[in-house]
Amino acid sequence: MKLLMKHLRRDKRLLVTGLFIAGIVLMAVLAPVLSSYDANEMRSAHRLESPSRQFLLGTDSFGRDTMSRLLSGSRITLFISVVSVVIGAVAGVSLGLVAGFSGGWIESVIMRSMDAALTLPPIVLSFFVVSFIGSTLFNVTGVIAVLSIPRFARLAYGSTISVKQNEYVEAMKAVGASTPRILYKAILPNIAGPIFVQASLSLAHAILTESSLSFLGLGPPPDIASWGRMIEQSYRFMHLNAHTIIWPALMISLTVLAFNILGDAVRDLIDPRLRS
Amino acid sequence: MKRYLARRIGATAGITWLVASFVFLMIHMLPGDPAIMMLSSKDEAPTLEAIATMRQKLGLDQPIHVQYARWFSKALRGDLGNSLMTDRPVTQDLAMRIPRTISLLVPSLPLSVLLGIPLGVTAALHRGTVWDPLVSALALVGVSTPTFVSGLLLVLFFAINLGWLPSSGYVPLGDGPLAFARYAILPVISLTLGPMAVIMRMTRSSVLEQIQMDYVRTAWAKGLSERVVIYKHVLRNALIPVVTVVGLSLGSLFSGSVVVEAIYNWPGLSSLLLRAVAYRDYPVVQGTILSVALGFIVANLLTDLSYGFLDPRIRYD
Repeated sequence: MKLLMKHLRRDKRLLVTGLFIAGIVLMAVLAPVLSSYDANEMRSAHRLESPSRQFLLGTDSFGRDTMSRLLSGSRITLFISVVSVVIGAVAGVSLGLVAGFSGGWIESVIMRSMDAALTLPPIVLSFFVVSFIGSTLFNVTGVIAVLSIPRFARLAYGSTISVKQNEYVEAMKAVGASTPRILYKAILPNIAGPIFVQASLSLAHAILTESSLSFLGLGPPPDIASWGRMIEQSYRFMHLNAHTIIWPALMISLTVLAFNILGDAVRDLIDPRLRS
Repeated sequence: MKRYLARRIGATAGITWLVASFVFLMIHMLPGDPAIMMLSSKDEAPTLEAIATMRQKLGLDQPIHVQYARWFSKALRGDLGNSLMTDRPVTQDLAMRIPRTISLLVPSLPLSVLLGIPLGVTAALHRGTVWDPLVSALALVGVSTPTFVSGLLLVLFFAINLGWLPSSGYVPLGDGPLAFARYAILPVISLTLGPMAVIMRMTRSSVLEQIQMDYVRTAWAKGLSERVVIYKHVLRNALIPVVTVVGLSLGSLFSGSVVVEAIYNWPGLSSLLLRAVAYRDYPVVQGTILSVALGFIVANLLTDLSYGFLDPRIRYD
């Protein structure tokens, strides 16, 4: 804990992004409490209004309160990105560990398919898949999860390969340690830090992908207010009321920025220590 | 070198075939019957008889391997079928739309490289001054902002607020480069920002890495001018990872074009794909994805070959 405090004070980035992300999480958790209106309630008398005391950030073309939608959107964004990255991390690390430890054709098959998956642009692939299997909340989460797998797999694979050579691993094998035990004791502690860095970056990427898919109409269905979807439904009326797109756009960019900076900061944190 | 080239081209053909077959399979595993979908555009529900006739007409009643063989042999001859919606040959639509998308992509890639690399180099070389954090911050924002957000903000600012440029629309290049440029400027800028930021970051870290190396110290010690050291020695090595990034940028450029074409109403390949997928227009989807995949594969090939050009130590024998 003291160590954490020391690092937080030293690198302002950690503090700022940490606070911001905590704020978003709080926003998501408290969304129903904080919103004055139901996010989907349409009031045709109050369309495309500017911010007022009644509607803090104005309303959209259907008369829905922008602020409430923004708050409810944070839940969707966090849900999709966190769940997909967790699934991707668990699956990816497992695949990488298996590939690194097994060697032979298993290793080739796994790592080749990871390489292939990485060269394809994520949006095109997710666009392709989602338009075929339908765009529900879970489908989108699943697709983004699958897209996050390769980077984690590579991470785990690289680490496994290099640690595998070490003498203490040989010693463990000689003493008769089971493979899971070796993985757990020798390899996982090495990759914990890089996994966290990758998780932060993958979260940023997941939010980017989800909002882009929502913007194209391929994200969660319209009754779920995700930030990207808010923009998609309002950008044609941009010239009448820019607030409807500015606030979700700002939230998306800031959240992605926060996760990117956090990832960079943690990477810098663990790097010099490794070198020394 | 020639043998490597031959092998690569063979591999390219193989991968293209794999991708095409994959696309064929995926589309046919879809829920939803194109025959029903086409007939449902009329007011009454289609009769079973009508569906059967339509299926026969579309060749959907054959077993799947027969459909595949037919499709493949036609594709080899350059016949990608007709659009289920418009009944026009797919190749005709592709021929019309591909140049439009390319006219957006072609300026964007060099622009992002021409802007990104110098900025990255500047940031690396002027580490202590204000330039480095400024450029790095710009790059970070560029990487974190989704393409559709920057696109919409550009429209908001330049088209709606200032009224300098049109907010959407398309004029073919043939109708006059100036008119074309008016409509193309904002889409191209939107497309450029993302890859430019990535290239900036990569160049900066790569140059920083190279500058620490011994051979650079030797070059300084020899008394070479800064220009020679940087351009002749450092950049050549620093650019290798950057080339990788540039190759990968093509992917994100294409993803960006899907969004940009939607925002700016640019009638290119991506908007065709979007519409075709929405209407389950299989032949068009297949043809489009095939051409996109081919484009990527060729781009990958060119990227790989360029490594040999940049670094003489890498030679493919």
